[in-house]
Amino acid sequence: MARHISLPRFLFALAAVLLLGMMAVAEVGEVAYLGEASGSDLPGLGEGIRAIPMCDGETRLIVDVPGVSAGEPMPEPVAREVAGLLWKRYQEMQETSGEILLAHGKEHTQREMMIWDTELKRVVDEGYRLFHSPELGSNGVSCDMCHPDASNTHPETYPKFQTQLKKVILLRDMINWCIENPLEGPKLNEDDARMKALEAYILWARKGVPMEDGKH
Amino acid sequence: MERVSRRDFFRLSGIAGAMGLVHWIRPASSPLGIVSLAHASGSQLTFAYVSDSHLLVRKGYDKEHRFTRALKKAVTDVNSMSPQPEFVLFGGDLAQLGLKEELDLGKGILSELKPKLYMMVGEHDWYHDMGEAWKGLFGEDRYSFDRKGIHFVVLNSVIVEDYWTGSKMTPMERMLFMAQLDNPRGNPFTVGPEGREWLKSDLAKVSKDTPVVVFSHSPLYKYYKRWNFWTDDAAEVQALLSPFANVTVIHGHTHQALVNRIGSITFYGMLSTAWPWPYAPEGLPELTRQMDRADPFNQFDGCGWGEAAFSQQGEADKVYNLWDREPMAVFYKDVKAGAIPGQPDRLHSGSSY
Repeated sequence: MARHISLPRFLFALAAVLLLGMMAVAEVGEVAYLGEASGSDLPGLGEGIRAIPMCDGETRLIVDVPGVSAGEPMPEPVAREVAGLLWKRYQEMQETSGEILLAHGKEHTQREMMIWDTELKRVVDEGYRLFHSPELGSNGVSCDMCHPDASNTHPETYPKFQTQLKKVILLRDMINWCIENPLEGPKLNEDDARMKALEAYILWARKGVPMEDGKH
Repeated sequence: MERVSRRDFFRLSGIAGAMGLVHWIRPASSPLGIVSLAHASGSQLTFAYVSDSHLLVRKGYDKEHRFTRALKKAVTDVNSMSPQPEFVLFGGDLAQLGLKEELDLGKGILSELKPKLYMMVGEHDWYHDMGEAWKGLFGEDRYSFDRKGIHFVVLNSVIVEDYWTGSKMTPMERMLFMAQLDNPRGNPFTVGPEGREWLKSDLAKVSKDTPVVVFSHSPLYKYYKRWNFWTDDAAEVQALLSPFANVTVIHGHTHQALVNRIGSITFYGMLSTAWPWPYAPEGLPELTRQMDRADPFNQFDGCGWGEAAFSQQGEADKVYNLWDREPMAVFYKDVKAGAIPGQPDRLHSGSSY
């Protein structure tokens, strides 16, 4: 962590001063980006204004979250917008600082990795939930009935010529086949967040499992 | 472990029955070659089983469900057996979510069976209302009976430690928690102290040279705990059975051809009518000849029903009647000798499946 503290110093020489007014106020949905500050001695924040620690562990992002009182948790979509802002600003800071080789020149911080893992887990968990739920179909059948722990899905074998369909398909095509047939549900669009979540869960669950004919 | 074609199997079964000889046919060296009847005289008994139909009844779904269609198919197949089996055993998981409507539907379909029907309970029948509806329709969840010198025992082996009271689950939450095979927080099945005590006193009346057949929903051994292919007090139950000269355990739950032998106890898994489970990633008994992977595009592939035929000594030969495949016969002689079966053929598996 210590190696990263120098970064924001360059950008924010006047530490502990709110940059309100110096930067344009950008509306992001319900969340308004107000600027950044570093140091612990922040002036009083108004109703709905929050100072959220950034990935460098020092700077804080100042945002206006209307309608959410201090101490109250932000609603999930609002929190996602704030998370997106945090990441965007952090990347911009890195670039402006001249130290742009994020992956190769620097170690990732624990905080960065925690965020990435949390994001991955969120998508995989949603895939797990859908995989174990009859909601994608109409007849009560769910994916896990035939595929406990995503067994017998063999995502690593796609793309392949699926003999029964007489064409080359991807994993998502087979997922849709299962949704339409055993589950008797409507197929998902390829860019549907649910399709992505299902693919994410299956690939995550089967990562590193060797292919064995006739078995799981 | 050889196979005999479906057509030949039924033809030869018919001949055996017509000749009044003791049932069993076995193929000689060639799978389609000469067959001989294994047991020349003495009593014979063949029963059929149907298992794990997982019937679903849902509001707003008014077509005939694929699982309903499959159970009816099994009933039709059993009714066309000639000669008819001594009885039919239903191996549990008649319903998917333990609902009265599902159990009623199942009872209606099974009432079409011509032979006498014996019922066993599975966890999907039990954990919505702790067996109340099931017992109302089918009676006791554990009992025994005698047929032709063989003692048959039906167990309730799906008892688990209470996970629902402390967490204040609703009956349907409890059912759904139990219905998820790969639930990492699930509790292992047991026969339980009460069930074992009952079994002990039931067997006390039976002489040690009487062949014993035990029906349990879960395998009465430890195969794969994560999917509850497992009975936690299996060792205690096996200890009650091991004094008997010849014991056969026939179990449901695993939805696959499965063969095991521990001491004098032979274990066979039953097929499901609804869907096949894949073999678990570890713990598979080495005496099992594996079914090849099922074709997902064929609803019935890897599913079916089965038969077991007993000699006077209680030696059981077993046939898996896999729909749309040739039947798989497993012979007592081979199991007792510890013959390790070959790998499944891969003619239609490979990466395109």
